[in-house]
Amino acid sequence: MSQKNDRAKEQILKMSGVNPLKCMRCGKCSGTCPSYDEMEYHPHQFVYMVETGEIDKLMQSPSIYKCLSCFACVDRCPRGVEPAKLVEAVRLTVIRQKGMNHMTADSIPALLDDDLPQQAIVSAMRKYSK
Amino acid sequence: MKRIGVFVCHCGTNIAGTVDVKAVAEAMKHEPGVVFSTDYQYMCSQAGQEMIKAAVKEHRLDGIVVCSCSPRMHEATFRKTAAAAGLNSYMVEIANIREQCSWVHKEMPIGTEKAIILAKAAVAKVSLNAPLTPGESPVTKRALVIGGGIAGIQTALDIADAGFPVDIVETKPTIGGKMAQLDKTFPTLDCAACILTPKMVDVAQNEKIRIFSYSEVTDVKGFVGNFDVTIKRKARYVNETLCTGCGACTEKCPMKKVPNEFNLGMDNRHAVYIPFAQAVPKVATIDPNHCLMLKSGKCGLCSKVCGAGAIDYKAKDEFLEERYGAIVVATGFNPISMEKFDEFAYAQSKDVITSLELERLMNAAGPTGGTLLRPSDHQHPHTIVFVQCVGSRCEACAEKGKEYCSKICCMYTAKHAMLIRDKYPDTDVYVFYIDVRTPGKNFDEFYRRAVEEYGVHYIKGMVGKVTPENGVLKVQGSDLIDNRQLHIDADLVVLAAAIEPDKSARPLATMLTASMDTNDFFTEAHPKLRPVESPTAGVFLSGTCQGPKDIPETVSQAGAAASKVIGLLCKDKLLGNPCVAHSDEMMCNGCSTCEKVCPYGAITYEDKEFRMPDRTTKVRRVAKVNEAVCQGCGACTVACMSGAMDLKGFMNKQIMAEVDAICK
Amino acid sequence: MKVSYFPGCTLRTKAKELDFYARKCLEKLDVEPIEPDNWQCCGGVFVSAKDEIASKLSSVRALKSAKEAGMPLVTVCSACHNVIKQTNYCMQNDADFANKVNLYMAQDGGEFTPYNGETEVLHFLELLRDKVGFDKVKAAVVKPLTGRKIAAYYGCLLLRPNKVMAFDNPENPTIMEDFIRALGAEPVVYAMRNECCGGYVVTDDPESSAKKSAAVTENAMNAGADTVMTACPLCKYNLSKNGGAPVVYFTELMAEAFGLKEEQHVTEE
Repeated sequence: MSQKNDRAKEQILKMSGVNPLKCMRCGKCSGTCPSYDEMEYHPHQFVYMVETGEIDKLMQSPSIYKCLSCFACVDRCPRGVEPAKLVEAVRLTVIRQKGMNHMTADSIPALLDDDLPQQAIVSAMRKYSK
Repeated sequence: MKRIGVFVCHCGTNIAGTVDVKAVAEAMKHEPGVVFSTDYQYMCSQAGQEMIKAAVKEHRLDGIVVCSCSPRMHEATFRKTAAAAGLNSYMVEIANIREQCSWVHKEMPIGTEKAIILAKAAVAKVSLNAPLTPGESPVTKRALVIGGGIAGIQTALDIADAGFPVDIVETKPTIGGKMAQLDKTFPTLDCAACILTPKMVDVAQNEKIRIFSYSEVTDVKGFVGNFDVTIKRKARYVNETLCTGCGACTEKCPMKKVPNEFNLGMDNRHAVYIPFAQAVPKVATIDPNHCLMLKSGKCGLCSKVCGAGAIDYKAKDEFLEERYGAIVVATGFNPISMEKFDEFAYAQSKDVITSLELERLMNAAGPTGGTLLRPSDHQHPHTIVFVQCVGSRCEACAEKGKEYCSKICCMYTAKHAMLIRDKYPDTDVYVFYIDVRTPGKNFDEFYRRAVEEYGVHYIKGMVGKVTPENGVLKVQGSDLIDNRQLHIDADLVVLAAAIEPDKSARPLATMLTASMDTNDFFTEAHPKLRPVESPTAGVFLSGTCQGPKDIPETVSQAGAAASKVIGLLCKDKLLGNPCVAHSDEMMCNGCSTCEKVCPYGAITYEDKEFRMPDRTTKVRRVAKVNEAVCQGCGACTVACMSGAMDLKGFMNKQIMAEVDAICK
Repeated sequence: MKVSYFPGCTLRTKAKELDFYARKCLEKLDVEPIEPDNWQCCGGVFVSAKDEIASKLSSVRALKSAKEAGMPLVTVCSACHNVIKQTNYCMQNDADFANKVNLYMAQDGGEFTPYNGETEVLHFLELLRDKVGFDKVKAAVVKPLTGRKIAAYYGCLLLRPNKVMAFDNPENPTIMEDFIRALGAEPVVYAMRNECCGGYVVTDDPESSAKKSAAVTENAMNAGADTVMTACPLCKYNLSKNGGAPVVYFTELMAEAFGLKEEQHVTEE
């Protein structure tokens, strides 16, 4: 594991409050994830790859924008690992970097229709940009 | 002044590695009362013990301090040595310089210093030791077994076989327990009923065994050798001695829609019922919650058809008082509720069932006559998904589920999968597993057969969601090895629900003052060396009340518990522990504090006449310790405000002398 | 009864009817909603990262104002409820976070008393269940929704994380079904009622959220529902666009059963 990855791992564990060592590799998170098909790396892989320090791969993957934050993996995990918090921590690590916003205010007007609630836009900005 | 000998053990390098044992022996020579001090490589060996005996004779010792391992390990050994040398065995003190000293320190000077301090404390204590003699109590040569499943049955049969009378108390109307509900048993696939029911008949026919079915233990008093137990015989409204078990009453009973517990509510029984054909005792029971006659006084059909005149609507609960020398707990287990695991849709679909329900669906005496039909529409299921570890192996602080592995699920699931593939080869069977755990004789071979010979699909992963839709159970799960999410349209989903101790165990443990762990399993006296004994003397453990186990293990443990009971009942008298509480009646103010804190119920109060200095007599209320019940925990001595209560062998002045020696 | 009432941004704009009917029904149930002064957007979504503070401040301010008014804080929108309740949980259980937030807020000036999660946060449905009582709701019904088959859609925000939300059994909830029964309709229980509609991902990957929403509405319709009921504007948006089931706010159904719907309508601004 490189030193850079070591730091990134430490940062992600701190931010998320997750201890990946609690995972018993049952796969219930990935069994329950509604966005599984849209993801390159799946919830159980987030747990495993953060533990092994493969943070770069996760940071470069579009998977981090596919999580719905529905917390089904968090509630159904028998060991209380909370994979969704790891996904969020990796995503924040990316978008907090300069120029790395996944969505900017410029792209909002194109999204709007008559019904789209403000809540969706506010949430999207929270999840996809800093 | 006592003549004390100190014996410092090297325990090979266990102690001598971090404690300068010669320095300890030398330092002790200067302690008051010490007339002899030496060290030796292995004090517990025969040569070591001979050395102690010789020193007692040569130096006329009347107190011994052994500096060695924990008293749990060898206190009994050295007490015997002392007795062999003609001393009272309670004139021995152990200074634990291994577990509490050499094993926890790395530096020789620190270890040595601490060992000397510990030895000084022991010397100070033994200076105040007085000879103690254990009391004796008689043994009632009868055992009580609480719970009539396979564990209770086997324990009772083994005890009876040794010639001692045994009573079984079972809350259900019949003995047999969970095993009676099972279809086949792993790994040999014998039919459970075929191997269990002969044992149930043996119990019924054994002259030494009495069965109190439909009964509960409501109170336990007394102590090892003499437990006074109250048994509540619930009114079954059928006279057990008159009933022939012909079943005429059940046929005529108009209340036909009572959910049948024996088939886990998957079919109905009558309000008057015999749980199953091989029930023991084979007598009917009237369910007061559903009987028309008992609820409204209108019916009485069963009474009219009963040729034996056994029906008695006026029956009342009866209470029996019995005395026993030993008590065996065999209260068993239940699958946990699936209420908090509805991601598997157990509450939403009849076709999501637990493994125990599947046992009934596959059993020839079950609701479907042994044909596997799905509960919703009675069609053959063609795709079946098994989910392992439902509620087992959860995080300790989880709001749902249990932290432990339920141990039996991997094997019974392999059995179910195999049996289904054998009987219905057109059925696809999937098993989602986290780990397959098969440590047992012929267990892994059995599981491999399910995979290799019967083509059961084992998937390393877990089901996350079951969605019932249009008569199909849409199962979504992970396949970790293939790194994909699986979607299976299933007809039947079977959940391997975690098992937990029966709810009756907790109040029973309170009655018995037997300890339990946080999961409500009974705690054993020693996890390795005394696995079938509770820490409470005279209380023994059999079967799943102590922890999850399968039938072979349960039967082994049942036999082991029986042998411990027999060993106890063989004795005519029991020697008690002389290190018990004692109250100085002159100082006791009768406040009852000790009685309230005593966890064993060993303290009672009595009014006693005392002669006063002016020659009058005065009646005072004073504490009295039942030495046979007292376990010597010392709670009363701490609680006693007047300083009347003291613990023999651990008297307050002895403890203070130890503290003084350490602080000097 | 007076309660502190947090409407949230969406209820002022695209989800006016959720708010409008909520207030009408409260009037009938003798509950007076009092809006905190100068409330701000809750942030729309809770950011679980422990080092994220600024985005949670507006929730803390609303909570603090309810504490000072001595009332429980009632939310209607599922998203506001989730954010505020989770923030309150952090204020109660994460001392480091609470300390930083309090230090930050102390800079607002004036007399400052720290806030440590004292406010009781209630979703409108919890207010009805635990404070008003569903029996009282039932008693207020004048036009029971007899014959309607209504599928309650919980989504994720009300239920999860259960450790924090403690709203109901997260896998087999009953609060909405009990509510539907109180209105005289028949609740339809279906497995997807606690699965995600796709949420904010609709802005980034509308195909993904369409798939999630369709699975929910199809499951509800297949279970025999004629209407899907929700408490969340974003859920309503996602579900309405996918699957063809009519999706209605729970407050609107309540107003209908209370006989308040025909008389008054949401006024367009």
